[in-house]
Amino acid sequence: MTGTAVRERPAAGTTESGRVPAPRRVGRYTMALPSRPPVAAVATVSGPMEGRGPLGHGIDHVHQDRTLGQPSWELAESRLLVDAAQRCCRKAGLELDQVDVLLAGDLLNQIISSSFAARDLDLPYVGLFGACSTFALAVGLAAVLVDGGYAATALAAVSSHHDSAERQFRYPVEFGAQRPPTAQWTATGAAAVLVGGPARKARVRITHVTLGRVVDMGIKDPYNMGGAMAWVAADTIRRHFQDTGRDFGDYDLVATGDLAAVGHPMAAELLREAGYEPGDRFADCGLLLYDRRRQDVHAGGSGCACSGIVFGAGFYPDLYEGRLRRLLLVSTGSLHNKMTWEQGQSIPTVAHAVAFEHAGEEASP
Amino acid sequence: MRADAAASRDYAGRLRRHQPRPPILRNVLAAFLVGGLICVVGQAVLGWFMSGGMTPKDAAAPTAAVMVIAGALLTGLGLYDELARFAGMGSALPITGFANSIVAPALEAKREGYVLGVGAQLFTIAGPVIVYGVLAALAAAALRYGLVGP
Repeated sequence: MTGTAVRERPAAGTTESGRVPAPRRVGRYTMALPSRPPVAAVATVSGPMEGRGPLGHGIDHVHQDRTLGQPSWELAESRLLVDAAQRCCRKAGLELDQVDVLLAGDLLNQIISSSFAARDLDLPYVGLFGACSTFALAVGLAAVLVDGGYAATALAAVSSHHDSAERQFRYPVEFGAQRPPTAQWTATGAAAVLVGGPARKARVRITHVTLGRVVDMGIKDPYNMGGAMAWVAADTIRRHFQDTGRDFGDYDLVATGDLAAVGHPMAAELLREAGYEPGDRFADCGLLLYDRRRQDVHAGGSGCACSGIVFGAGFYPDLYEGRLRRLLLVSTGSLHNKMTWEQGQSIPTVAHAVAFEHAGEEASP
Repeated sequence: MRADAAASRDYAGRLRRHQPRPPILRNVLAAFLVGGLICVVGQAVLGWFMSGGMTPKDAAAPTAAVMVIAGALLTGLGLYDELARFAGMGSALPITGFANSIVAPALEAKREGYVLGVGAQLFTIAGPVIVYGVLAALAAAALRYGLVGP
């Protein structure tokens, strides 16, 4: 900025370096949420393949028709998001117009699944893109808005669709191509999380949000995204631990988004090197969504809906019942598109973490 | 953060230890089996046309047409990509695979209409094959002309 005469008054608490400390910030990457925003409801919907997976029974609705009766894959994906959002509000006992803000994202160009869904949902809307990390990003930002008092209820929603993703990132759906064993299967489905609402009844709360940085480890293979993202997943987890003074012992489970069979052991190895022993408290949503022995998904699942569905159908019921006391969900994203790959660029990656806690003691019947 | 060349090489090397090897022997066998089977079917069709009195040269064109139609039909029925998942190059290389590479984008692009969709995207996969196939044929013909004359 040049030539502006506007002088800001030094804020209270300004340090010598001139940097104003943010009172709710812990360390360099993490936001602590003192009001511990409650999760009012979670809803998940999916395609048939996810329904046949190990978490199928926990998914609110399994659509057997991958097109959802829509004329295109893109509109089908958008319907998934609308469906999850509506179901989530219904479960929370709220009307859509009682929701203050919608934060949504997906994988398609210009996040059209989300924006088209927002057209139908008719709410103040923030479109987010973090590739497959969008789920944690949306839930985290929803919690921040509620914690800051800027929203009483914030709806975070994500979607992905195997066929719309194939079409945009790879080949037409019916084209016969063999995928390498490191490839992952984009999940068809959507997840919605309503943050806020009556705190009395809350049994699951959000305590911390760690926003990760973008890391490019030079991997260029779009059929090995889990491998490309492993480093950044370990980085965000390490940052979260450093900022909060916690480690694996403080969580019942730390779950990455979609590192799958290649990336997840790599991330575990990196964390071990950094002095954190994951033990049996380290899981990956990409490895939990499908049964890799029965379902031909190669290295595992991926997509925005992957961590969303696994959270909603797997982790959330456990958090709600207290079988999980504390969970760190670390959604991971590959920030490339088909054009950058064709131009020989490597894949920038990102990971965001959200800490959930069971709050059963405060719950009133 | 962006890893420098050395860090990137190191990371790729470490990652390789976690990567499953592609099952090359299984893939080669599957490709041989399915590719061979498609050719046997083609041969049978050729034989059928020849039994009707066609010369091998005359029978080649209708045989190719039958195989292309079969490939297109199996693509439309959603079966060819399932076959390819198992067979790999074995189903991609025969002319049925060529049909698949044209029908698959056509099916998908239909939603964008017949001009901007089907018309513009029909050859997104087969296009490079045709372009470099023609170029390769031209080079081969020029080489032959240079070596043995017309």
